[in-house]
Amino acid sequence: MNIGVLALQGAVTEHIISIEKTGAQGLPVKRVEQLEEIQGLIIPGGESTTIGKLMRKYGFIEAIRNFSNQGKPIFGTCAGMIVLAKRIAGDEAAHLELMDITVARNAFGRQRESFECDLDVKGINEPVRAVFIRAPLISEVGPGVDVLTVYNNEIVTARQDNLLVSSFHPELTDDYRLHQYFADMVEARAAAKQ
Amino acid sequence: METGTSRVKRGMAEMQKGGVIMDVMNAEQAKIAEAAGAVAVMALERVPSDIRAAGGVARMADPTIVEEVLKVVSIPVMAKARIGHYVEAKVLESLGVDYLDESEVLTPADEVFHIDKREFTVPFVCGAKDLGEALRRINEGASMIRTKGEPGTGNIVEAVRHMRFINSQIRKVTGLSKDELYNEAKTLGVPYELLLEVHELGKLPVVNFAAGGVATPADAALMMHLGADGVFVGSGIFKSDNPEKFARAIVEATTHFTDYKLIAEVSKNLGTPMKGIDIATLTPAERMSERGR
Repeated sequence: MNIGVLALQGAVTEHIISIEKTGAQGLPVKRVEQLEEIQGLIIPGGESTTIGKLMRKYGFIEAIRNFSNQGKPIFGTCAGMIVLAKRIAGDEAAHLELMDITVARNAFGRQRESFECDLDVKGINEPVRAVFIRAPLISEVGPGVDVLTVYNNEIVTARQDNLLVSSFHPELTDDYRLHQYFADMVEARAAAKQ
Repeated sequence: METGTSRVKRGMAEMQKGGVIMDVMNAEQAKIAEAAGAVAVMALERVPSDIRAAGGVARMADPTIVEEVLKVVSIPVMAKARIGHYVEAKVLESLGVDYLDESEVLTPADEVFHIDKREFTVPFVCGAKDLGEALRRINEGASMIRTKGEPGTGNIVEAVRHMRFINSQIRKVTGLSKDELYNEAKTLGVPYELLLEVHELGKLPVVNFAAGGVATPADAALMMHLGADGVFVGSGIFKSDNPEKFARAIVEATTHFTDYKLIAEVSKNLGTPMKGIDIATLTPAERMSERGR
């Protein structure tokens, strides 16, 4: 099973290391053709404005929408969550417009307000260490969205069918359970197709 | 809930990987940089080539410039404090700057001691020209390293030298046996534990960017080819004829640093890059990379 990590900018290697711990093969994705070789895609943390611009420039918007429309799973962390959202709070234009959520960027403040803590994620037994870096949060969810984690009354992890998003960075810890959760989604989808 | 942990500070630099951090001198330039796809901007009063030309003592930027830039962009904002200038760093932190550069581009405030960066909530980036400097800065709490290069020259040769040297030193450390590491730590003037980490990881424990002399898209791609995690561009962009186009081209060349056709494409009709200086013509006192060991 191949899981790609969109490698336009951001913390790509960390996700590849984490996803390979689940037994899947990790693959940096720099061009749209590579989407053919993978069964699931991770959109990493980084700067969402930069990633969004480069996605437009290289034809990733349509290509990733098609990928998602085939039911193939996508996992967005931090900036990845922002680019997956249908709506971005403020007057900023959304990018992939795939997931029925509204995200607020830099919602916890600037870098000095960035933090880590332990959080419960629905579907995972023990709490996970959540690292928030100039993180966004989910300010609204549509009816089809399952909320997986709430921190201080704010939604920070959610799932809608084949789409999984988190405000924090599981790839910065040695805890691979959220990646395992995603790998299981990819495996389930691949099994259903056969 | 914990703020300012090593993971939060180093993680911030991880998010910048594969990106370009651009020097800007006002809000308008900051917006151009953000629109071109910069992952962060460095708010300065003068770019390094102007600092060189002006001479005298170069200090932290006027807080008005920093505040102005903080207001207009949503990407992270960095700013420079002088080496050893604890108060400049505290002032910049109080303004809400996302990352501090304890930088040899400014005139050092302390010829011996660097800032104790561990006690800050905001992360620091520091310059290094060899592994010893890099690990000493990390030991003081730096969360990100960049090559010193020779800022404001538009000449990539020093950044190349520093990146190659650091990488060759890391390769050597990786090949040493554990009992040889003690002596190597002594020779380099660094803590044994940090050197052991490099020995095990085969790389620095923090992100390592290229800086100091990047003037063209091909320069940026060259530094990525040599193993940089990303690129700082100082004078290169806003000293070129067409900053907007130039900035976009450098961003694309950094992302696709092995796609030479694409680099050729983005390099077309960029106009004149900054003029540049032959390093051999600099006197030792004019070499910023000699500041801060």
